[in-house]
Amino acid sequence: MHAPRTECLLNLIDQEYAIRDYQSDIPPRWCTGCGDNAILTAIQRLCRDEQLPPEKTVFVSGIGCSSRLPHYMNAYGFHGLHGRAFPVAEGIKMRRPDLHVFVTTGDGDCCSIGAAHWIHAIRYNMDMTVLMHDNQIYGLTKMQASPTSPRGLRSNTTPRGAYLEPLNPLTVTLGVPNVSFVAQAADWIPETLFDIVSQAYRHKGFSFVRVLQRCPEFMPHRFDAFVQDPSLTRLLVHQKGLTLTPDTSRTYRNQEIHDPGDLNRAREIASLTEEVPVGILYRNSEVPCYEDLREGERPNTPGLIRTVLDEEFDKFTIWPEDQPDQPAAS
Amino acid sequence: MKPQVRAEAETKPVGKKSPAKADKKKAQTRKPAGKKKAPPASRRRLAEAVTEHIVEIVSDSGEGAQRCGQSFGSIAARTGLGIWTVEIIPAEIQPPARSVAGASGNRVRLASRRIMNGGDEADLVVAFNEQVLLSRVRANELKPGCIILLESKWRDDPDPAIAQSYAEVTAELTAAGYRLHEIPMEEECVRFVPDTRRGKNMFALGMLCNIYSLDLALAQAQVRFAFRKKDEKIIDINLELLDAGYQWADANLDLKFAIKAARPRDPQIVVNGNTALALGVVGSGMEVCAMYPITPATSASHYLSDIFEKVGCVVHQAEDEISACAFAIGASYAGKCAVTITSGPGLSLKQEGIGLAVMAEIPLVVVDVQRGGPSTGQPTKAEQGDLLAACFGGHGDAPKIIMAAATIEDCFYSVITARKIAETFNMVVVVLTDASLATAQQPFPRPRFREDWLAPPIDQSAVPEDAKPYDWDPRTGMIERFIPGQPNGMHCLTGLAHDRASRVAYDPEVNEEGIRNRSLKLAAFQRTLKTPPVHGGDEGDLLLVGWGSTKGAIEEAVDRLRAEGKAVSSLHLKFLQPMASGIKEVLQRFDRVMTIENNWCDMPDGDLIDEYNRRYSSLAWLLRARHLIDIDCWGETRGQPIKPGRIAEIARGKLS
Ligand SMILES: Cc1ncc(C[n+]2csc(CCOP(=O)(O)OP(=O)(O)O)c2C)c(N)n1
Ligand code: SF4
Ligand SMILES: [Mg+2]
Repeated sequence: MHAPRTECLLNLIDQEYAIRDYQSDIPPRWCTGCGDNAILTAIQRLCRDEQLPPEKTVFVSGIGCSSRLPHYMNAYGFHGLHGRAFPVAEGIKMRRPDLHVFVTTGDGDCCSIGAAHWIHAIRYNMDMTVLMHDNQIYGLTKMQASPTSPRGLRSNTTPRGAYLEPLNPLTVTLGVPNVSFVAQAADWIPETLFDIVSQAYRHKGFSFVRVLQRCPEFMPHRFDAFVQDPSLTRLLVHQKGLTLTPDTSRTYRNQEIHDPGDLNRAREIASLTEEVPVGILYRNSEVPCYEDLREGERPNTPGLIRTVLDEEFDKFTIWPEDQPDQPAAS
Repeated sequence: MKPQVRAEAETKPVGKKSPAKADKKKAQTRKPAGKKKAPPASRRRLAEAVTEHIVEIVSDSGEGAQRCGQSFGSIAARTGLGIWTVEIIPAEIQPPARSVAGASGNRVRLASRRIMNGGDEADLVVAFNEQVLLSRVRANELKPGCIILLESKWRDDPDPAIAQSYAEVTAELTAAGYRLHEIPMEEECVRFVPDTRRGKNMFALGMLCNIYSLDLALAQAQVRFAFRKKDEKIIDINLELLDAGYQWADANLDLKFAIKAARPRDPQIVVNGNTALALGVVGSGMEVCAMYPITPATSASHYLSDIFEKVGCVVHQAEDEISACAFAIGASYAGKCAVTITSGPGLSLKQEGIGLAVMAEIPLVVVDVQRGGPSTGQPTKAEQGDLLAACFGGHGDAPKIIMAAATIEDCFYSVITARKIAETFNMVVVVLTDASLATAQQPFPRPRFREDWLAPPIDQSAVPEDAKPYDWDPRTGMIERFIPGQPNGMHCLTGLAHDRASRVAYDPEVNEEGIRNRSLKLAAFQRTLKTPPVHGGDEGDLLLVGWGSTKGAIEEAVDRLRAEGKAVSSLHLKFLQPMASGIKEVLQRFDRVMTIENNWCDMPDGDLIDEYNRRYSSLAWLLRARHLIDIDCWGETRGQPIKPGRIAEIARGKLS
C-alpha cells in the first residue's frame, strides 16, 4: 500500500540500538520460571540484531499471560481482544507494509477462540512473525484445559481429566493451503529458539512459530521429561534450516536432516507423538502475500479521488436540459 | 386498514372519454386482444393528467421485473419527474416459479414534484403471472380499483391446475373491483425472443413508457445503457421488445397518463442508498473497508469492491464480522480511519471490537444497514430495530456516536461526516441506514467533491519526548493519538483500563479518570450539534418524532394533515447519541408527542399491556429517559417502509 515512505528520510543521528532500547520500563510480571520470559529475551535480542527501529515495530497480541508481552517491549504494542490478534495485525499490515509486525498469542487465544482467524491468517500469508506460546493450558484464567492440553489432564474444568485428544497446531498449520513458514521451538533451548525466531522474522510471509512454553504455575512437570532427556527432542537440521552451535549439537544428538521445502516430510514430523521436533518444519518463500496482492496501483490522492468520483457520478447523472445527456445506470 | 384517498392523487380527466368508463369497458374485455393487428395511429388517446402515480412491476425472480422497474424509474427521472423506487425482493435467490412468496420486482412512485418516500398503495401493477400479483394483493399493496396489466398466457395453460388458478384469481380480482387488463405478453414477445423469460421485461417497459407518455427515444437510450455490457445483437432485440411494448399499448390500451415534469436546474444523480453509501466511503478518503457478506449491506460492498481499487484502496472480505471489525480497527490504528459495513447480526458480532475501539480511542466508522431482527429475522426487509443495540449493545460504559441517514443523499454525506467525527474525536461512529434506503432510488443533487472531506495524511513526525498517548484534555477529554511510525510515540495500547501513559490501571482513581474522559468527549461533541428543524409549525397539537428512513413518509403525512387543517408537525433526528440541545424545548411546545418508528412497541390495550409493562419503540425509550416527557410511540414491524397514509391515520387517531 501507499504508506508514508519514511525510510527515505535521512537518519541524521546514526543510532545503534541496544537490548535496553527494546525494554519497556515495566518489568515483566510473569511467574518465576515462566517460559514467556525466554521468549521475550529472544525477541529483544532479535530486535537488537536486526536493528529494528522501535517506532516501526508493532507487537500485537490477544489476551492471556503470553499476550502481556507487548507491554514489556519498547515498541508500539496492541494488546487487544482475546483471540483477535490476527485480524488486528492484518489490518495494520494492510496499509503499513513499512511496519514490522509481530503477533504473540497463546494456545487458547490462537487455537480456541481465535481458531477461525488463525486458519485464515495462514491463507492470507501476510508478512508477520507469529509466536504461539503453547503452555497447553489457560494460564491467565487459572488452569482450564486448552485445545492443546494432553488427554487426561486434570484442570479446573476437567477435574476428572481432559476428555479429548489434543489439537496439533503443527499439523493444522501445515494442512492449510498457502502455508509458508512453520517452526517449533522450546523455551528451554534458548539458542535454537533465537535462531528460529530470527529465521521466522526473515521469512517474508506468515511465519508461524509454536513455542513449547513451560508454565510452572499450572503445568509444573509437563515438559520435565523433555528438559531432562534431550534424546526426546528431535532437532531438525539443514543448511536451509537450523545451524547448531557445537554445544547444542553435543547435547541434542537426536537430529534429522530435514529440508524445509519438503511439505510431506514436514507433515510426518509434525505428527510425531513420542518425540518433540524442534526446528523449521516448512518454508516456502514463493507464496504471495495478501498485502502485495491487494496493493493499489495508485496512491489515493485527492486528485484521483475527485476523478474517480466524477467518473462514477457521470454514470448516474441526469443533466439539466441545457447539458449533455447520458442515461443513468439502473 | 386503508388510508383515505389522498388529495394529490385525485385524477383530473382531460380526455374526451371518461376514464372510468374506458376502464370499465376494458375490465370486461377478457379475451386477450393481441391477435388483432394494431389499428392505425389515428386511435390517439388523450392523456389523463395526474400529479402522481405508483406503479409496480412484479414477476418471478429471473424474469427481469427489477431491471424493468429500475429502468422505468431512471427514464422517468430523466424526464424530470420526481421518483422513488422500492425493490420488491423475494427472500430466496431462486424461489419456486409462480409462487406468492417469489414475487420480485420494483415499485416506482412518480410525481410532478420531488418525493421522499415510496408512498401508499399502487395505482397500476404489471404482473407476469397471477401468483406474484396475488402476493401484492394479499399484502394490501394495491389501491382499490388499481389497474392491473396481467400476462394472459396462463389462461390457456396446458396444466389445468394453472389454468384454473389463473381463472380463479382473475375472477376474484375483477369481482373485487380491480381494473384488470389481460395482456398477451408471451405471444407478442415470442416473435423476438425464444425464451420470453428474458424479454418480457422490456416489452413491459415499452408499455409503461407509452402509458405514462414518456419519450421513447429516452427509453431507447436507457435500454442501450442498461445492456451496455452486452453485445449489439442483444441490445437490438431489447430495443425491438421495448418498441413492441410501446406500440402494443398505444394500439390496444385505453390507458394514458401524463404527469407534469420539470427537468432539474442542476445535475442530479440517481442511485440507491447502498451505492450512495459506497460513493460516500470513497469521498470520505477512508482507505480500508473490511466486511463480511450480509444482506442487505452486501450491495454496498459489491459496488465499493468495483470502484475502491481505482483510488488505491481496499475492500477486505474477512472470515467473519468479528475479524472484519478487528481488521478495520487495526487499519485505523496504524493509518487513516477505516470502515466496516454490516447489518444487525454482524453488528452483534462486532460489539466486542467496538468496545475495544472505544476503550483504546481508535477512530472507527461502523455502518449498519438494518434489516428485520432479532436473529436472522427478515434479511431482505426493512426495520429500524438496531438503535438501542448501536447505543448500548456492548458491555461496560462505551460512549460512541450514533447517527442515522434519512435519505439516499444522506447515505452519501453521512459516511463523510462520520469519518470526520471519528477522526476528530478518536471515537466510534455508527451510521444506521436500513433495507429500505439500501435499495430505494431517488435523484439528488450531484455532489461536488471537496478536498476537505478527506482525512489529512497520517502524522509520522516525532512526538515530544514526554508526551503521553492518553493525555486527556481536562475540558473535552480529547487526545491526540500516536500512530505507529511516530518516533517517541511508542506505547502499548490496551483494552484494559489504562492511565495516560497507556499503562494498565490497577488504581480505582485511574480507572475512573479514563471512563470520565471518554464520556466527556461525547459531551464535547454534543456541543457542536444544532437543534434539528421542525417540519410544519413550531408548536401545535401533535409532534411526530422520527429517525432514519421514515423521514419522507412522516413529513408527507404531516403535510397532508396540515392540509386538512390539523396542527401537526414533525421532528427528525440525525444524531441519536448524543442528541442536540434544544430538543426538549421543541417537545414541550406540543400537546402530544409520539415517535413513529419501524420497530416494535407494545400498544397499551389495557388488557395485558399497561404503563407498567409497556415496551416502547427505541427512540421513545431514549427521549423519555432523557427528557422526562411522557412520549408515546407507534411502530410497525411489517418489514416494509412505513406508508405516509398509515402515519396520517395514526396521527388522526392520536388527535381525536
Ligand atoms: C471474550 C473473552 N472470553 C474469555 C476471556 C477470558 N480469558 C482471558 S485469557 C483466556 C485464556 C488464555 O489462555 P491462553 O490463550 O492459552 O494464554 P495463556 O494465559 O496460557 O498464556 C481466557 C479464557 C476473555 N478475556 N475474553
Ligand atoms: S501462570 Fe503460567 S503462563 Fe502465566 S505467567 Fe505464570 S507460569 Fe507463565
Ligand atoms: Mg496457554
